[in-house]
Amino acid sequence: MSRTSLIIKREYLSRVRSRSFILTTFLTPLVFVAFIVGAAFLSVKGKEQLKVAVIDENGFFKNRLKSDNDVQFDFPANVDTSNYLGKGYAALLIISKIDTSKQQTFYIRSQKAIGIGAAQNIENKIDEVVEDNMLQQSGITRSKLDSIHDNSHIAKVVSLEENEGAAKESNQLLASVIGYVCGFLIYLVLLIYGMMVLRGVMEEKTNRIAEVIISSVKPFELMMGKIVGIGAVGLTQFIMWIVLIIVLSAGAQAFVPHDTMQQVQMLQQHNGMMQGNTEQVSEGAQFIFNAQHTLGTANWTLIILCFIFYFLGGYLFYASLFAAVGCVTEDIQNSQSLTLPITMPVIFSFIIGTNAVQVPDSSLAIWASIIPFSSPIVMMSRIAYGVPGTVPYWQLIASVLTLIAGFLFTTWLAGKIYRTGILLYGKKATWKEMMKWAFRSS
Amino acid sequence: MNIIELHHLKKYFATQRAVDDISFSIEQGSIFGLLGPNGAGKTTLLRMITGIFYPDEGEIILDGKKFDPLRDSIKIGYMPEERGLYKKMKIGEQALYLAQLKGMNKAEALEKIKFWFQRLEMQSWWNKKVEDLSKGMSQKLQFVITVLHEPKLIILDEPFSGLDPVNANLLKDEIYGLSQRGCTIIFSTHRMEQVEEICDHIVLVNLGNKILDGSVQQVKNDFKEHKFSIQLYEVPSTISSPAFEVINGEANKFVVKINDGFKSNDVLKHFIDQQVNVESFNEILPSLNDIFIRLVEGTKATTRQFQKI
Repeated sequence: MSRTSLIIKREYLSRVRSRSFILTTFLTPLVFVAFIVGAAFLSVKGKEQLKVAVIDENGFFKNRLKSDNDVQFDFPANVDTSNYLGKGYAALLIISKIDTSKQQTFYIRSQKAIGIGAAQNIENKIDEVVEDNMLQQSGITRSKLDSIHDNSHIAKVVSLEENEGAAKESNQLLASVIGYVCGFLIYLVLLIYGMMVLRGVMEEKTNRIAEVIISSVKPFELMMGKIVGIGAVGLTQFIMWIVLIIVLSAGAQAFVPHDTMQQVQMLQQHNGMMQGNTEQVSEGAQFIFNAQHTLGTANWTLIILCFIFYFLGGYLFYASLFAAVGCVTEDIQNSQSLTLPITMPVIFSFIIGTNAVQVPDSSLAIWASIIPFSSPIVMMSRIAYGVPGTVPYWQLIASVLTLIAGFLFTTWLAGKIYRTGILLYGKKATWKEMMKWAFRSS
Repeated sequence: MNIIELHHLKKYFATQRAVDDISFSIEQGSIFGLLGPNGAGKTTLLRMITGIFYPDEGEIILDGKKFDPLRDSIKIGYMPEERGLYKKMKIGEQALYLAQLKGMNKAEALEKIKFWFQRLEMQSWWNKKVEDLSKGMSQKLQFVITVLHEPKLIILDEPFSGLDPVNANLLKDEIYGLSQRGCTIIFSTHRMEQVEEICDHIVLVNLGNKILDGSVQQVKNDFKEHKFSIQLYEVPSTISSPAFEVINGEANKFVVKINDGFKSNDVLKHFIDQQVNVESFNEILPSLNDIFIRLVEGTKATTRQFQKI
């Protein structure tokens, strides 16, 4: 067994066997699920209904201003600004005489300021009533109005992508979710595993074991062994998460009743069109079919292949820089000023990435997805929109090649810095000195 | 036969001529002391011998061939001054890992580890972690790791620091044993009494240069000041003589310095002629400590200056 593979093996096994690896591998998905469920729960539970007393000077708002989960409107008698709190209302809305020829300002009084969402909501409701009132005044009956309202919400836009003659259904929402999730995961990978490399290198330096090992292997072998070993740990963790997701969703399917699954299969055979006998299809089956159909619009093979490539490429690009910082610092506090120039591009690319999810073909998104500093995150945010639709082949190839060149360069650079830095004690080097070590001739 | 020869080694750093043209050779099976004040260039020299640094100039001949760090790492065992081990790794696994990095295969390494652990009564440590060990214990472990692969050349930087006398003796016996089995040991230390006790041959470096090279006995002889201590049964009537000067002493016990042109027997003759019985008569050789201080003092080695190269 070669020395580098011995080092990789140690770095890998010592981490994978540790309790914290097993805990994070199994707990992180649980924490994520708990976080999503918790956030959803809070957003439903957290809102209180706002009780609003209304003084209407026009006389046509009563019974037409609709209450909902967020706001309840009441029209009590004898309420004024001095006694609405005593009568159990949180706010008092005064709708003064309306002059439809100009913009109107109404005042809502309360002890606490009304949130911007609630204020918007109340504005819309007042507008609706005013609109109804005006329509009725121009001779449209109530029932006519209701039926117009019910029947006018019919539009649904489905985007079709030109794909060598055949248009393919695409789903912007799914693509943006995939782009966001992938970009976020790469962002986490770069920071978490990058810091793990930094700590590992620093540990070897402060423990002074580096000197013992470097008397048997080349410094570069030690550095690469560590980077590759930790990269393998990260890959293992991701594979375990993917397996976990597959097992869990298979487990979830087992809970779906058998006849629902049969209906889903029928839907699949008829491509979602069930003429005549729609009553046979339950809501659950329709939901599962829709979910599967939506997921099917994404090119999963491409996304997973690209994810693995950008995961590894981005990791190698940044991990060697983190290793270079690790080898010149002896404690984590000191390393912070040196890691800042590395973490800043990662954070910036995440910001560009969230932007690229919304506008995948802006020129900022295109350039950031080719430059190796940001390409792992930004390209992953764009790729779900489709290759070669949104991301032409030349961009993907350019991005892949520059990232490979990029990590070869950073590894070479870090190797030079590492060789000098790992045995130097006592003083913290600056980036300027590190560059000098990297570019001197010997 | 020489196990290692250094020819005109030079290593310059940005502000320091750490090693400036040093040559010496070490005979196989000897215990060699590399001495020098702090910052003299010892560690740089050792790092070149272990292949951690490449010399800027000069060459190293190991075992008759030009030194190739990667191929020859199995021939060298290096215990740096700052002990280094993975704190969280189990001791047995750690020893195995480091032995394999040296190029031993697994079965061979396991066998050697078991042998050494048994010999130094460390069997119960196998599943412990380094962080559970005391300083002395981890020192012992570091020593075992250094010699595990039976290197021909063992380099020990301050091997006894932090060891109690019992463990220090244990280690000393192992070092003697290794040298009897043909291993060569390079010993780097400031502790002159240990050097005097253990080493056959010493080199003293200062400010990146070699300033002394020879066997311990030879060096002491070279620096002797012809001082003798003499103890007599009776108080002599006169102690003044052209043959020697009394440096200090009481009634029947003196330290004398023999004048040029006279020999030790002339001192004895002076007292014997007076019918005074001599109880003891010894030459006082300077200690290595004295020699070290004499050579290093006044060279500003203690506050070595940064310099332009």
